[in-house]
Amino acid sequence: MPQPDAGIIERAPQIVAALREVLPDDAVIWDPEETRAYECDALTAYRCPPLAVVLPRTTAEVAAAMRVCHRLRVPVVPRGAGTSLAGGALPTADCVIIATLRLRDVLEIDTENRFIRVQTGVTNLSVSGELEPHGFFYAPDPSSQLACTIAGNIAMNSGGAHCLKYGVTTNNLMGATVVLTDGEVVELGGPEMGPMGLDLMGLLCGSEGQLGIVTEATLRILPRPEGARPVLIGFDGAEVAGECVARIIRSGVLPVAIEYMDDVCLRAVEAFARAGYPDCAAVLIVEVEGSVPEIEDQIARIREIASALNPVEFRESRNADEAMAIWKGRKSAFGAMGRLGDYICLDGTVPVSKLPYTLKMIGELSRRHGLEVANVFHAGDGNMHPLILFNANKPGDLARAEAFGADILRLCVDVGGCLTGEHGVGVEKRDLMGKQYDPADLDIQMAVKDVFDPCWLLNPAKVFPLDASQSWREEAARR
Amino acid sequence: MTTDAPSRAGLSPASEAELGELIAERHATRQPLRITGGGSRVETGALSGDTLSTAAISGVVTYEPGEMTLIARAGTPLDEIQAMLAAEGQSLAFEPADMRGVLGGNGTSTIGGVVAANASGPRRMLVGACRDHLLGLRFVDGRGRVLKNGGRVMKNVTGLDLGKLLCGAHGTLGVLTEVALKTLPILPDRCALGFHGVTVDEAAQIFARALATPYEVSGAAFRDGTAWLRVEGLGPQMGYRRDRLLALLQPREAEVLDAEATLSLWRGLRDLDHFAGTATPLWRVLVKPSLAPSTVRALQALGGAVSVDWGGGLVWYCGPGPAQEVRQIARHATLVRRGGLAGPAFAPEAPAVTRLSLGLRGVFDPAGILNPGLMDQ
Repeated sequence: MPQPDAGIIERAPQIVAALREVLPDDAVIWDPEETRAYECDALTAYRCPPLAVVLPRTTAEVAAAMRVCHRLRVPVVPRGAGTSLAGGALPTADCVIIATLRLRDVLEIDTENRFIRVQTGVTNLSVSGELEPHGFFYAPDPSSQLACTIAGNIAMNSGGAHCLKYGVTTNNLMGATVVLTDGEVVELGGPEMGPMGLDLMGLLCGSEGQLGIVTEATLRILPRPEGARPVLIGFDGAEVAGECVARIIRSGVLPVAIEYMDDVCLRAVEAFARAGYPDCAAVLIVEVEGSVPEIEDQIARIREIASALNPVEFRESRNADEAMAIWKGRKSAFGAMGRLGDYICLDGTVPVSKLPYTLKMIGELSRRHGLEVANVFHAGDGNMHPLILFNANKPGDLARAEAFGADILRLCVDVGGCLTGEHGVGVEKRDLMGKQYDPADLDIQMAVKDVFDPCWLLNPAKVFPLDASQSWREEAARR
Repeated sequence: MTTDAPSRAGLSPASEAELGELIAERHATRQPLRITGGGSRVETGALSGDTLSTAAISGVVTYEPGEMTLIARAGTPLDEIQAMLAAEGQSLAFEPADMRGVLGGNGTSTIGGVVAANASGPRRMLVGACRDHLLGLRFVDGRGRVLKNGGRVMKNVTGLDLGKLLCGAHGTLGVLTEVALKTLPILPDRCALGFHGVTVDEAAQIFARALATPYEVSGAAFRDGTAWLRVEGLGPQMGYRRDRLLALLQPREAEVLDAEATLSLWRGLRDLDHFAGTATPLWRVLVKPSLAPSTVRALQALGGAVSVDWGGGLVWYCGPGPAQEVRQIARHATLVRRGGLAGPAFAPEAPAVTRLSLGLRGVFDPAGILNPGLMDQ
């Protein structure tokens, strides 16, 4: 991270006083004991307490805080629940965090027009919870959904296991109330099936807090399916499992999820959760939805496809308990890996046809770097999640794991994929952006940021490589 | 995308690099360009400049049915792409319309034009718009720089999503040269349920009930006193869904159309056959579905005819109503066929949105040479 601005840190008391002038007392925190809780997100290897934290309850309060920070030229780090795995909410010592945690209200549920309008501090899971009595749900389901907020989901364009069928956040976001860097409030989209004019909302979604803070959102809601059922398919090789994924997709069956776990992951999960998974090279969990006859028809099609590839096992679930047992291991995968040691979780995406090759190369990189890796991911859309195991107490191990991770992400780009499928760039992948984009491709993205944030105060030192953004930041500092 | 103005010098670069050089030169001399794909989308009114066509930058780069991924150069004819996907049992699920009947054009619709216009047909209600199926693109900006954004994979959050901006910008931010799109399986069975002799209010009720079910109704349109639902599926799905919907909507009686008739009915609804062959102004109005009935009544009071799509979310108005009055009734109205009406085609925006949009135009096209004025309000 760049050096914090000592001048700003020196002015901390005046900055806090200016924030207190326009906000309720309990909405501004600057006691170091309390600000420490905000020193990192889920990328815990990097920490830095912010200068202050603001916890607004309304769009107007967010706007007031943004106006003060803009007037005093103080960097702002937007924060949802702090579950980013990419350091998307990592503070700097000279920044004010504006967190959406207290923006907690459900504003409107309209099943006739099929949307819900919420303040963005609500958690992802609670949105579907609110909708349950109405027979609807909100589709994006990142694995942190118990904790993560809609604000964070919009900022990072979050996905989840079920996005193969239902799309990611940007496909389910209809409208947004946005506070711009100078405190101006803009409404984008709404309950109509837009957009009209330029799709600014589409640009904003996934912009990692670089363009503004979304305080209210209109989200598309879907009627709950009548039922869902997973099947488990075990294979004795990664290639044949990858082939099975491609054949299922080609067949015209569109499962809601196709999850993949490799042998390292399977062994860890077995030791941890005793899910009764087969001991083999790769397991797929495929989930289909619908009424009982629809589900049975789709499973029969999947069975036929899998049988032709000689699976080690094809396990169906006949009831809710058996369905839960199939999901149990997958859902406990991250916890199970945690018992094996420290890990970093990557997020590159590759074309589905390149999955077997990519897995093979990751195995070779693992041997070269001398660190073990487990693969558990959303196979239907090629969104990989290699987990690199290391020992945080062993000097140099984190750096080795990071170097290994960077090699994997370069591999993802080389086979036609990308650096990040759903976690975002943050600080973690910032300096790898040049691998995916040429200087001119990055330049126009930074020019777009410059339109929204001419002083470059929003979420500093994220997304764009520091050397590439240097001239933009220097120019901005003169404004 | 443009159909009207007389053709002036026609420029048709054969490659992305050639296009880049051409635009760089125009940027330097500040000479405007009218960009067209196949010339089959929105009527633009009088735009100045030479016509620039991407028709020669053509051809499918990759199509991987097992990945549901298509990459094609911008000038590739839409027909060609649709035939290729259909041979693999797939399609562009957002169902772009063929607007030639309505706009009286005879051009060939291109995939670049579809993306530039974010052209999305009846199934948009269920599966999203073109912009939701766009995975990545290559384009030339107003300085002549060849740029790319996104990629070819289904999940990608690497950097700012400029694809969303370019999709629907009608060429005003850059000239598309290559697009990557998600394809989806075509559900093999389909039928249409027609509820005849209903008012627009009754149609809205039918739509609201049907769309609150998990039966994935993929079309909900109202025309000439009939509310139509399209039901699709794989294996036993279609029959099951059809029967459940018929039971749910009782005591209303419905006519059930077979697969072939459904295909042709929906092609007509998609392409607005009912508003083809005239020169009367045609408006595309986006509303909250529950506001469709009152919007329809207000527009009908101006004279002319109305049809409804997207379960109420899209109202088409074909009539002589003055622009100012149409816009008073419908905030989100686009003038698709001018029929002699002057003035902007696009709806006015909030000042802050206009300011940001202008800022973005300054970044992508600093000399203001790409379809200047096309999207002005």
